[in-house]
Amino acid sequence: MKTLEDLKALREKLKGDIKVRQKQGTKIIIGMGTCCIAAGAREVMSAVLDELAVRKLNDVQVQQTGCIGMCEKEVLLDVIRPDEPRITYGNVKPADVKRIIADHVVNGRIIEDLVVGKIEQEG
Amino acid sequence: MQHIRAHVLVCAGTGCKSAGSKEVELAFQREIKAQGLADEVMVVETGCHGFCEYGPLVIVYPEGTFYSRVTAEDVPEIVESHLLKGRMVERLLYHEPMTHEMIPKYSDINFYKKQHRLVLAHCGTINPEQIEEYIAVGGYEGLGKALTLMTPEEVVEEVKKSGLRGRGGGGFPTGLKWSFAKQSVNDKKYVICNADEGDPGAFMDRSVLEGDPHKILEGMAICGYAIGADEGYIYVRAEYPLAIKRLRVAIEQAEAMGFLGENIFSSGFNFQIHIKEGAGAFVCGEETALMASIEGKRGMPRPRPPFPAVSGLWGKPTNINNVETFANVPQIIVNGADWYCQFGTEKSKGTKVFALTGKINNTGLAEVPMGITMREIIYDIGGGINNGKKFKAVQIGGPSGGCLPEELLDLPIDYDSLTAVGAMMGSGGLVVMDEDTCMVDVAKFFLNFTQSESCGKCTPCREGTKRMLEILTRITEGQGREGDIELLENMAKNIKETALCGLGQTAPNPVLSTLKYFRNEYEAHIKEKRCPAGVCEKMAVYTITDKCKGCGLCAKTCPVKAISGTLKQQHVIDQAICIKCGACMSVCPFKAITKG
Repeated sequence: MKTLEDLKALREKLKGDIKVRQKQGTKIIIGMGTCCIAAGAREVMSAVLDELAVRKLNDVQVQQTGCIGMCEKEVLLDVIRPDEPRITYGNVKPADVKRIIADHVVNGRIIEDLVVGKIEQEG
Repeated sequence: MQHIRAHVLVCAGTGCKSAGSKEVELAFQREIKAQGLADEVMVVETGCHGFCEYGPLVIVYPEGTFYSRVTAEDVPEIVESHLLKGRMVERLLYHEPMTHEMIPKYSDINFYKKQHRLVLAHCGTINPEQIEEYIAVGGYEGLGKALTLMTPEEVVEEVKKSGLRGRGGGGFPTGLKWSFAKQSVNDKKYVICNADEGDPGAFMDRSVLEGDPHKILEGMAICGYAIGADEGYIYVRAEYPLAIKRLRVAIEQAEAMGFLGENIFSSGFNFQIHIKEGAGAFVCGEETALMASIEGKRGMPRPRPPFPAVSGLWGKPTNINNVETFANVPQIIVNGADWYCQFGTEKSKGTKVFALTGKINNTGLAEVPMGITMREIIYDIGGGINNGKKFKAVQIGGPSGGCLPEELLDLPIDYDSLTAVGAMMGSGGLVVMDEDTCMVDVAKFFLNFTQSESCGKCTPCREGTKRMLEILTRITEGQGREGDIELLENMAKNIKETALCGLGQTAPNPVLSTLKYFRNEYEAHIKEKRCPAGVCEKMAVYTITDKCKGCGLCAKTCPVKAISGTLKQQHVIDQAICIKCGACMSVCPFKAITKG
């Protein structure tokens, strides 16, 4: 370790590895009820994880949730950016994942044709 | 590589390990692989979370779900339900003992809510065997800042200004201690970390060493820079094998990355750290005895002055601090003294880690700001007394401390308030006692401890504690005499004034404080030959009540034939023969025998 700047740069690099344990950043929530899994939620989840890895977005949290009740529109995938409403996408296919991450997660543009719901305040 | 979406933190502190956390961790590894989640879920071994009563602990992120008392058999369910499907396993969540409320989140548990974790900030949240995780939470930035942006004088000043006081017991201002060692002119100086944690029931230092070892190395290196030392020793007891292992790993990693060794941060400052394993003598927690032990001599104290800052290890100026003291240093340097001063009271700054043990619901480690009351620690964090019993006393400060009664529960805790009421901060062990505890017996227990640990060098400690113990033993056996209380007080005063080191000078404290607050119990033992709590076996009187059906079982069981009576009629115990073994009471099918 030569300088304090070296250390700080290293910290920046390593910080992402433990981000999962801190409450911050954008959240992606995938419905993982039995029905959702039957509709292909696992595949969507894998696609999300792959895409996040490719883009090195290691500060994005991926969570799961149970059945929301809107089984008709599964797979359901929610995106919550900090201080923004919770957006629910329906009928998500693995092929849609790249677009959701590029447009919404990274650039904050909601993909209107996939949206099924919007919750203003996420507690 | 895939995005790691979840971290499963398995506590690997000594408490959880002995409860089986290694098996739990292996089960997670196995099960995660079996479910095909190995690429997206990571299992992390962490240090102690402090909530040892509920171990093994598992915390699942990003949700921060807190699972307690997890066994290897529970793991498949957690993996399938939580990690695969996102459903919490409710039966393994923590329930508040007072309200029976289910609390899923780590941060919402009462035990943690009232705490303010500075020293323990990373214990349980990072992997102590990976320096990368320590760096990710800002590790070694204090050392970097001190070495590249501050002069040694400025470092000492900052520590002085922070008001940090020694966490090992005495409460001596740390910055002042550093300035003494700094002023000593010599070609060689040493830094020593006292990790010889010996108080019964105290384990805060062990948890810091096991959970965040790099913090101690960093604190020591900063101290080395400040006082002009290039070598340090950690004196850690051999009974802490896991702490020693993690320290060795940490030293190796820190050397490899250049945080220890030569020319650290290109500043020209060199520092290396050695580990010295102690053999478990309590007196070696005393600084002069500790240094003698490092030098390979018998661990016995010597008179001061000269103080270690002038002539310490191998006759060289030495600064010696406790684990928790060093653990406070990096954050003081990073955030500044003013930041640190916002915690605590006017004369006791910062936080203190307490080890909660005894008859309390939440056994474990609690870090709280100085100035909090004992009641908050015992009831809000500790969850109250076991089995709904009544609180009687709390022993604070280990064998050198004192027992405080219920009237003092609302006393704000800091160094000076505790000394004023006859106890001391000590290392921060809190042993909670309920109504079934005999205070004379407690005093005897602690005095017995210091008596056995007395090194024997000075007469007041060697002989005085022995005689005091004899008197206490006599009192608990129903042989107490008029004047014993005064004799105890007189001896205690003399030992305090004349013993050579801190061990002897504080050894009478448990007797003095129990005499002060529970004098009536001593009087009951001596005058009425009665133990109010019913603990002192030799004073117990067993009597057979009219519930007796005359079955004769007790008479058959009694080893000294003290029980007589005819069948189907109430039996009697001959008190002159009875040896108070209690065998009759345990066999009586009608609960007809009472002890009083």
